[in-house]
Amino acid sequence: MLDDFFVRALFAGIGMAAVAGPLGCFIVWRRLAYYGDTLAHAALLGVALAFLLEINVTLAVFAVALFVSLALLALERRAGLSSDALLGILSHSALALGLVVISTMAWLRVDLMGLLFGDILSVSRIDVALIWIGGAAVLAVLALIWRPLFAATVSPELAEAEGMNVTKANFIFMVLMAVVIAIAMKVVGVLLITAMLVIPAATARRFATGPEQMAILAAIFGVVSVCLGLGASRLWDPQSGPAIVVAALCLFVLSLSPLARLVDRRRTARANDAREEGFRP
Amino acid sequence: MDHMAETPTASMKQAPDTTGPAIVSLRGAGVFRSGRWLVRGIDVEIRPGEILTLIGPNGSGKSTTAKMVLGIEKPDEGSAWRAPDLVVGYVPQKLSVDWTLPLSVERFMRLTRSLSKAESDAALARTGVAHLAGSEVRNLSGGEFQRVMLARAIARKPGLLVLDEPVQGVDFAGEIALYDLIGKIRDELNCAVLLISHDLHVVMAATDRVLCLNGHICCQGTPTSVADSEEYRQLFGARGAPQLAVYQHHHDHTHLEDGRVRHADGSITAHCHPDDGHHDHDHGSHHHDHHHPQHAQDENREGRN
Repeated sequence: MLDDFFVRALFAGIGMAAVAGPLGCFIVWRRLAYYGDTLAHAALLGVALAFLLEINVTLAVFAVALFVSLALLALERRAGLSSDALLGILSHSALALGLVVISTMAWLRVDLMGLLFGDILSVSRIDVALIWIGGAAVLAVLALIWRPLFAATVSPELAEAEGMNVTKANFIFMVLMAVVIAIAMKVVGVLLITAMLVIPAATARRFATGPEQMAILAAIFGVVSVCLGLGASRLWDPQSGPAIVVAALCLFVLSLSPLARLVDRRRTARANDAREEGFRP
Repeated sequence: MDHMAETPTASMKQAPDTTGPAIVSLRGAGVFRSGRWLVRGIDVEIRPGEILTLIGPNGSGKSTTAKMVLGIEKPDEGSAWRAPDLVVGYVPQKLSVDWTLPLSVERFMRLTRSLSKAESDAALARTGVAHLAGSEVRNLSGGEFQRVMLARAIARKPGLLVLDEPVQGVDFAGEIALYDLIGKIRDELNCAVLLISHDLHVVMAATDRVLCLNGHICCQGTPTSVADSEEYRQLFGARGAPQLAVYQHHHDHTHLEDGRVRHADGSITAHCHPDDGHHDHDHGSHHHDHHHPQHAQDENREGRN
């Protein structure tokens, strides 16, 4: 079944979206979209180093993304700059450094467009296996740290006061993010990773009544986007990475449409009814 | 996962003293941030079932002291110790839930531990907000959210309940009711309560000990002579008498704007003298002969948010 490049692409995309959705919820809740962007830009440096040192690309991207996360933590403590500015520094230095390293390897012909926008139709069986094994591991670990990580999202101080190890949960979250960046780069490319983290989560927000529900819905919307995007790229031949993101965008726009608002309003009305019924003056 | 279970530091081996098993003990604890001491020399022990109220002006280190008790801030000098098996329930001063986060009251109740529906409903009913179980946290009023946060904290069956300005955003009648409720909860759960109060004058009548901070421990003792106090009458009238108490403040030195200290004899020093009023006092009614300007501002401020 995995002999067909299109089926491989579908599997790779679904694996990526299922993981990006739940993690993307934390990106949205914690307002970390720019952090996701920074890690994604650093991914290009990872690719360059992988070529230079002749190591596995996914592994190199993971390592560089993790290094950038740690650098951010260290700089936040020392540099006295806002994390906003630090992210700007890290993001674009990593991107520039990656491009410089790639351009110095004159003997190397790198498909830059493939790196920036993804090359999902060329994923190998090993890539698919890596995405699914890595993705399953990420989801399992996320489930394990869900309670402290979510409590720390609502209030770090409250979580810590009541005995949760917030530092550990946040560190593990950083590692998971690095894994997802490495996975997603192959599928949608460096420039569009953040889109797969943020857009399905934003769509899910319109329909979710709880955090867990929102994480699952985000994964589902992500998977649907992959299917729609790949389908469109087969029919009309646009580049598949951007097509997936455009599909995600379409779902988001639909979620803002009157149809979706109807669902939303009915739910709100129901909640209000419950509230008034239960109210004892 | 449980950082409460940290082993006591070497200097804390002798922490619990002879008068009873303390559940929390700060010894000479201080926090140093960006070139200055937020608080310094804090010696506090909290015992099971006692209500301790922290008062002091803005920036006096009330929250920092509470954070050392909670283990959120590690002391830069001295030490902080908590009983290893201590369950803490914390009601933070403010908690803003981002609109991107769908969070119902029912889910919020289970934030830091799993809870059966019955336990959750019982705790919500105890604070009088059972009807809000299905509501979105974002849509609650200030007073409703305070009660939900209190319900969440007591559902943990804590040994120590820490409340950071719990009456903030609550009207006067609600304030008395809330203080009354906190007193009852203490009796039911037999938990210690650490209460941070923004108000210099008014503390719960059930308070066992009041600790006044202004970068250091200014004074401490039992709140007494409540109903006959002039300030108390002016502020609240006779109506709130059973729930509220006045803690009077008269100090013998003035903390100037720049952090220096002016003493009764007019001399100015960088710090308080060891023999200033706050270092020795009885534990009955408190009449210090010095005055903090910040305290005065607090007393005069209009309204209570």
